[in-house]
Amino acid sequence: MWNLFFSLVLSASYGSTLRYKSVERIKAVGKHSLIGASGEFSDFQEILRYLDELTLSDHMWDDGNSLGPKEVHSYLTRVMYNRRNKFDPLWNSLVLGGVKKGPKGEEKYLGMVNMIGTHFEENHIATGFGNHLAIPILRAEWCEDMTFEEAVKLVEKCLLVLLYRDRSSINKFQIAKITTEGATIYPPYSLKTHWGFAAFENPSKGAVGSW
Amino acid sequence: MDFFGDEEEYNTNVLAIIQRNHELVPGALCPAASATSSPSPRRRHRRRRSISMAGAMDLPAKGGFSFDLCRRNAMLAEKGLKMPGFRKTGTTIVGLVFQDGVVLGADTRATEGPIVADKNCEKIHYMAPNIYCCGAGTAADTEAVTDMVSSQLQLHRYATGRESRVVTALTLLKSHLFSYQGHVSAALVLGGVDVTGPHLHTVYPHGSTDTLPFATMGSGSLAAMSVFESKYKEGLTREEGIQLVSDAICAGIFNDLGSGSNVDVCVITKGKTEYLRNHQLPNPRTYVSSKGYSFTKGQTEVLSTKITQLEPKVEVAEGDAMEE
Repeated sequence: MWNLFFSLVLSASYGSTLRYKSVERIKAVGKHSLIGASGEFSDFQEILRYLDELTLSDHMWDDGNSLGPKEVHSYLTRVMYNRRNKFDPLWNSLVLGGVKKGPKGEEKYLGMVNMIGTHFEENHIATGFGNHLAIPILRAEWCEDMTFEEAVKLVEKCLLVLLYRDRSSINKFQIAKITTEGATIYPPYSLKTHWGFAAFENPSKGAVGSW
Repeated sequence: MDFFGDEEEYNTNVLAIIQRNHELVPGALCPAASATSSPSPRRRHRRRRSISMAGAMDLPAKGGFSFDLCRRNAMLAEKGLKMPGFRKTGTTIVGLVFQDGVVLGADTRATEGPIVADKNCEKIHYMAPNIYCCGAGTAADTEAVTDMVSSQLQLHRYATGRESRVVTALTLLKSHLFSYQGHVSAALVLGGVDVTGPHLHTVYPHGSTDTLPFATMGSGSLAAMSVFESKYKEGLTREEGIQLVSDAICAGIFNDLGSGSNVDVCVITKGKTEYLRNHQLPNPRTYVSSKGYSFTKGQTEVLSTKITQLEPKVEVAEGDAMEE
């Protein structure tokens, strides 16, 4: 039983103001995929409209087939790359994942596209600051056959580091899972942070003028 | 004008030197000399003109960055002059406090733009027997500033007769870097154990400092910090500390392009310091030709040989050539 999952922070900033704190940046696409985005939120809403049109016209064919994650990823890549070539990009980094029954059995897929059209498929993806802070952890600790609980713990580890070290993150996260049964987007929750280091109590005790 | 003591004496000395060097007529250029040779009370009037004629022996600036040429440099850069570049170390440096002391770690790659200039350099610098400092940023700046403060600490030890304290090194570094307003591009992780206990500080190029239980600096600092934030806890043992530091440096080495090659570790405890140079070598040279790389005579086929004398051989008929 393959599954994939996403996690992200529920904040949307307006410049340096944390304007919205309950923004859901993950959506299900068709029956087999999940899309998550970072960057300009209005462009993401536009992309969701394009995907709605795409899934609708696919459904109208009524041929029993439905678009899988690979197909949706390919579509998004074309959209992003062509917009960039017209010097009018959709300012997003999109993460697309899903599971679909293929000829060789259940096939899971995870890929990303960014605003200039760079796209690739990988076992672990991160956007923004996650590239610097989360990818080292994922590269060291991801393995092929993790259970759902182990995967959640690993991702929470990354989210905690991002919470400490990225100024635009807040302590409100959401996890979404996709399996052959369908997509589940879980309600938001917080992580426990630890600030009780002895050196944080009185840093200038040893060195006056330092903090 | 009391910088060199008495001004008249200074002027006399200067002129005397120039006179010796250029064999000038005594009377014409140094009325000061004749004045001091007489026992009459010294006149205190300024001899500016003679000094400026003699040469550019102005008093040097008293220290700190001299902003005199900044406007000229800005104008030249605007006109298209390419300023010379710096060699940056493009680094991962880390430090953490464990139960008995401090562990410092660093990678060993020095970069010059996109090229690896030195694949096994030393980024953990000696400050005192109980204090070591890792440096990121411009290689020359980190080297010079740590050497300078290390000498100052040594003189201070001679003067006080005591072991150096980490705050002393910290204060010397931050006041030097601040006075240069960030132009000395040295980002340091300073750690050591003194009578007051183990200390770990970071120093930024503009002169601000932090006191932390664990710290990372350099281009690989985010990768290393992700390892620290997820795995650090207080009261680590020596082995756990070294392992965590190595893990953090390896994260920097494998996830950051500016860091690479090997892991250096330095463990400082009360009364003992261990500098583990190349503690881990996670990037060995994997391909080694099975045939080996010796090029013995006979491996290359010789087609023809021609020997040309470059100089005619001179036969010395008699006597020893070195006699003359």
